[in-house]
Amino acid sequence: MRCRMVLSFIFNSKGGTSMNEILEILSNDARLSVEEIARLTGKNKTAVAKEIKAYEKKGVIAKYKAVVNRSLLDNGALVMALIEVGITPQKDVGFDYIAERIYSFPEVKSCYLLSGVYDLLVMVEGENIQTVADFVASKLSPLPHVRSTATHFMLKKYKEDGVILKKGKKIKRLNISY
Amino acid sequence: MVTFKRYAMKKRIAKKVDIMPPSGIRAFFELVLGMKDVISLGVGEPDFVTPWHIREKAIYSLEQGYTSYTSNKGMIDLRTQIVHFLKNRYGISYDPQDQTLVTVGVSEGIDLAMRAILNPGDKIFILEPSYVSYRPMAALAGGRPVSIETRRENGFKLTPDQLDDACRKHKKVKALLINYPCNPSGASYTRTELSALARVIKKYDLIVISDEVYDELSYDFDHTPISSLPGMKERVIYLNGFSKGYAMTGARIGWACGPTDILAAMTKIHQYTIMCAPIISQMAGIEALRNGTRAVHEMKREYMRRRRYIVDALNEIGLECHMPQGTFYVFPSVKSTGKDGMSFAQELLKKKKVALVPGEAFGRSFQYHVRIAYAASYEDIKESVKRIKEYLR
Repeated sequence: MRCRMVLSFIFNSKGGTSMNEILEILSNDARLSVEEIARLTGKNKTAVAKEIKAYEKKGVIAKYKAVVNRSLLDNGALVMALIEVGITPQKDVGFDYIAERIYSFPEVKSCYLLSGVYDLLVMVEGENIQTVADFVASKLSPLPHVRSTATHFMLKKYKEDGVILKKGKKIKRLNISY
Repeated sequence: MVTFKRYAMKKRIAKKVDIMPPSGIRAFFELVLGMKDVISLGVGEPDFVTPWHIREKAIYSLEQGYTSYTSNKGMIDLRTQIVHFLKNRYGISYDPQDQTLVTVGVSEGIDLAMRAILNPGDKIFILEPSYVSYRPMAALAGGRPVSIETRRENGFKLTPDQLDDACRKHKKVKALLINYPCNPSGASYTRTELSALARVIKKYDLIVISDEVYDELSYDFDHTPISSLPGMKERVIYLNGFSKGYAMTGARIGWACGPTDILAAMTKIHQYTIMCAPIISQMAGIEALRNGTRAVHEMKREYMRRRRYIVDALNEIGLECHMPQGTFYVFPSVKSTGKDGMSFAQELLKKKKVALVPGEAFGRSFQYHVRIAYAASYEDIKESVKRIKEYLR
């Protein structure tokens, strides 16, 4: 299991990330202790703990979670659908009001506002195709201001959140060399 | 058919090869190579694989049919990229036609440089501790390697006084081989330190062979090529490559830049022995220089964190360890344990299955040191430190 942190980061023009070092470390492995992070960054423990607390409070660190590859579990695989949703924006609140009504459903795993031919990209997870279809038919489509939906069922996950899900063969270096 | 007995064949081996002592730690290496489930901090190469965009370019090149020889000097596109890189990064100008040669790793560059400048018996300064191949390569080229030991109290750096003393003591030394950041000590030189050395180098009219293959892995200050200092370009053979910074050890690709006459001589040897560096690796090199900066920086940031971790952890368990300024090695002393580097390494391997390299491999006087490579995953480094601690208990 790999433990990751949910947050957003941006690539700057120089090609590096504009992320703080502590965030970079936690994004890759959220299970590291404050002591270990202090050692890796050369900062003292109190400063590291304080910085992490501040990020949590501000919401920069939204959550700590594991990237789980459910397809390796017996009967554990879930059905995932990407739904393109067209909506009519509302006076004063734009897309946000209707987006909130959609992303508040627990079935919705991710929800993004996009430019282009449709407005929201909604990722929905369910135990089987029927569950997802029911959700679209009875919950999502009837919502006021939803103009259209196009549902794509996901066939296979190759990479998620930066993690390649296929277990690669480990290339062995020589045990020792100059 | 004439058959020779074994002893007769031994006699027929060229003297300069025959008298070359085998590496003193060969037996230890064989022990490590034959052992399973070892955590190794003894590896002299990155633990990262070559960044995908570079590998992808190599695959694409094969698909496109890039399978031929190239110009002896290397593809002009690659030489141009190299020259641009040196100009943009360090402000040094080289001519891609007459002053740049693509080599099979820096190792070939060193061999070519030595063979191009050394006459039989010519002396060349080799610093210690240093990479194991320099002395044998100098000897094979017919030269006489003269060691200068760098000292721990100077951070394993050559000082101008030391160089001056050595030049006065050993008359008529032709060249100095310098490698920084240094394998195994991690020592590197600031611009000011290099300028002070450059004065002595000019005073004694030395040629410098500068192995700067770890330049991308400089952590505490910006790397300065010695050839970028005033009046040095005409006496420096600058060697660099893709192995360490770009994690491309298996591609075996590097380059040499230097004065036109010396590069012409090196190219002559190269064309008769190697012909040209492999075209796939050259294509990969072009991609690395064009688009590799981000990947190099990501790896560098990771090495920096591991460096902090391991130096801190080793000092905490009582192994005196200075903070290296570059590479992915630390070179602590194990004297406080009452053992020399070889027994330390052997016992650690047998009892705790952790591999590292005894310091004597890098110079006779460093038998109380070990080289620990932090080009290993954080988990492996953490586990190794834990095992070293248990072993010392």
